[in-house]
Amino acid sequence: MRELSLHVLDLLENSLAAGASQIRLGIEEDTRANLLVITVADNGRGMDRETQALAVDPFYTTRTTRHVGLGLPLLKAAAERCEGGLELHSEVGVGTTVRVSFQRDHIDRAPMGDLVSTLMGALLSSRRGWDLVFTHRFDQHEFGLDTSEARELLGDVPLTHPAVREWLESYLRQGYEELYEQGAG
Amino acid sequence: MPQIKSLDELRNLRQQVERDISTRRHTGTTIIVGMGTCGIAAGARDTMHAILEELRKREIDANVTTVGCIGMCAKEPLVDVEQAGQPRVTYGNVTPDMVPRMIEEHLVKGQVVEEWVVGRLQSS
Repeated sequence: MRELSLHVLDLLENSLAAGASQIRLGIEEDTRANLLVITVADNGRGMDRETQALAVDPFYTTRTTRHVGLGLPLLKAAAERCEGGLELHSEVGVGTTVRVSFQRDHIDRAPMGDLVSTLMGALLSSRRGWDLVFTHRFDQHEFGLDTSEARELLGDVPLTHPAVREWLESYLRQGYEELYEQGAG
Repeated sequence: MPQIKSLDELRNLRQQVERDISTRRHTGTTIIVGMGTCGIAAGARDTMHAILEELRKREIDANVTTVGCIGMCAKEPLVDVEQAGQPRVTYGNVTPDMVPRMIEEHLVKGQVVEEWVVGRLQSS
């Protein structure tokens, strides 16, 4: 995939497919350590050891519609190209954590891309009853969103409501503009 | 952390939209974008973004939601348009540049863009 943010969306979709009710997405950019780390931790159904080993195999998938699953193998390859790697921790009934690291300035490191669209893609998921806790750290600056806070304020109004969705998107765009302005300054 | 927009604004937004929400549930339009690995790799996220932009530009109220892979990966990005009382229409290979026409013809004029349709599901 051309952008890391597309991989992030793919990871979030994995967590949703695993029935998670709580997903934590952390993105850390550390310019001094020259590191970019993406972590997705969910409380979905988890995987046993055997399945974990298979998860990074392109010819394994839980899907019943076809026999290949390319999400994690592609991401692993992308990280390893950049002197980084992909770690998978999972326990049945507890959840799964995927941690991917990249050398931040590596020539092969794909650009972050449009993270706001990624977050919107996940937030608009037809699956109900789950929350996302998202934080993006850029050196010492941080920006984030906890959808449980948003949902509490919204009551019965869903995040997918047109007015809410527009508000959320502009909230995220503004947050990102500030994060990168601060980071650059 | 300085923040111009505050989450508290959602409280006001809730009051504004709570009134019209029940009507939308019964009569409204829902646009569903396939967002499995296959969809994402084929550009579904950009298609979704184009849909959100077009709806905003035309001030059309429609729900937009995403789903996982349904197995028609070669036709991704897949976009379903569901309107109350109408069969659910699935469009295939929907790139962002196709979105304005899809919304203009299907949502505004009520005419399905037949040449892009890959499937139909009777409304339940």
